[in-house]
Amino acid sequence: MAKRRVMFTFPSELITQPVIYNLGHKYNIVTNIRRADVTEDRGWVILELEAGDEALETGLEYVRGLGVQVNTMEGDVVAG
Amino acid sequence: MPYVTHLHCRECGRRYPLEAVHACEFCFGPLEAVYDYDALSKNVTRESIERGPHSIWRYRDLLPITGEEVVDINAGFTPLIRARRLGEILGLRELWLKNDCVNPSYSFKDRPVAVASTRALELGFDVLACASTGNLAGAVAAHAARAGMEAYIFIPADLEQGKIIGASIYGPTLVAVDGNYDEVNRLCSELAYNYPWAFVNVNMRPYYAEGSKSLGYEVAEQLGWRAPDCAVVPLASGAMFTMIWKGLNELHRIGLIDSVPTRMMATQAEGCSPIVEAYEKGTMNIRPVKPNTIAKSLAIGNPADGYYALKTIQDSKGGAAAVSDDEVVEGMKLLAETEGIFAETAGGVTVAGLRRLVKSGAISRDELTVAFITGNGLKTQEAVVGKLKEPLTIPPTLQAFQEALAARNSQAASAGSPVVSRQ
Repeated sequence: MAKRRVMFTFPSELITQPVIYNLGHKYNIVTNIRRADVTEDRGWVILELEAGDEALETGLEYVRGLGVQVNTMEGDVVAG
Repeated sequence: MPYVTHLHCRECGRRYPLEAVHACEFCFGPLEAVYDYDALSKNVTRESIERGPHSIWRYRDLLPITGEEVVDINAGFTPLIRARRLGEILGLRELWLKNDCVNPSYSFKDRPVAVASTRALELGFDVLACASTGNLAGAVAAHAARAGMEAYIFIPADLEQGKIIGASIYGPTLVAVDGNYDEVNRLCSELAYNYPWAFVNVNMRPYYAEGSKSLGYEVAEQLGWRAPDCAVVPLASGAMFTMIWKGLNELHRIGLIDSVPTRMMATQAEGCSPIVEAYEKGTMNIRPVKPNTIAKSLAIGNPADGYYALKTIQDSKGGAAAVSDDEVVEGMKLLAETEGIFAETAGGVTVAGLRRLVKSGAISRDELTVAFITGNGLKTQEAVVGKLKEPLTIPPTLQAFQEALAARNSQAASAGSPVVSRQ
């Protein structure tokens, strides 16, 4: 089992969708939300995901496909 | 005796020892260095600082290191220059430029890396690492060389030759990663977790970030121990911006300056302006973007300190402006032609952003304003190639020179520019 710390940023049309619930159920990924801020038109969630490597990759691909931005928890690490 | 006492989570406040950790285990919030400010107030004076070396190490008591030895390539204590000509053009009575182009590896990144590399040695690391598109690569490679550490530097495969050479000369292991922006970021984040290295802006981030406080300290000291009315800063991750503010407030807290009236002004390029965009929309939520700008040193689409930068703007009653790539080039030229400073694209962002902020009334004529010029123009020459006056090419005769000059002057006169004629 691998763990990954990620940040999801939601566009307004996905704010009301159970994206994280579906990610857990469809791909058998344990989702553990640590911090979040969701408003009417935008929102982000920082969470830890735990699953096999393949499940993590396909699960994150599913989330990206929905229109969620997936970034590393630390923000961009490639600096100027 | 060191004054730094521990790290704490900026979100939930949990305490952590001074180790190579950067995120809170509970809420994943970023960690920050905390100091014994009562002891600092008693023991650190203007005079004790003024007796120190002409580098960031004159402020060593306010930096998160615990030993005596430092990695020193003379970073910091760069000139603060009164910019009368540029100020006149922009409509400012008292404009100053903090010229960080003249750091040893030619950018402000020497400040955070000096602190990160010193702390890395204190914590027993022998490898210094980073992922960078230019300035950070040079700073890490130079400090690692000075410290006798091994350096691993990850760069995007399409990085310009000048920047590759600017880091390679110091002898690091340079790894060119062939992938898009997100892929390079993801790989470098994974590397930071999988290798026992001091990754300066990941596991050393709480120490690394503090180095930029020295910009705030220096400006206050160089202005005669006072904080400016406005600070205009180019933003990438937002860390330097928040740290200038923290530095000024620390000086106030320990009694070295009377007040901090400073309004913090954020500038970004329109092709990567997630912080300015959030500010303009009145939200504290940053929406990550895919960078597309010539200001590559500011091209961070998902800024780690974006929220804290917005908070700094809010707390300081500051402002923000984003500028186009054309304005960036104009800003670089204006700075060079009026004050003799050849800055990289980020400097063009600062000057063009300052121009907008003055025009919109966000900064008024009588405010003492400091603009931060953070990197040297020789690093981003490609941004101005084909956009400068061509040289007059002539055969070696006096007559040829006079004819070429006359032709140039008549061209300038018809374009409405001032004619130069000196014999």
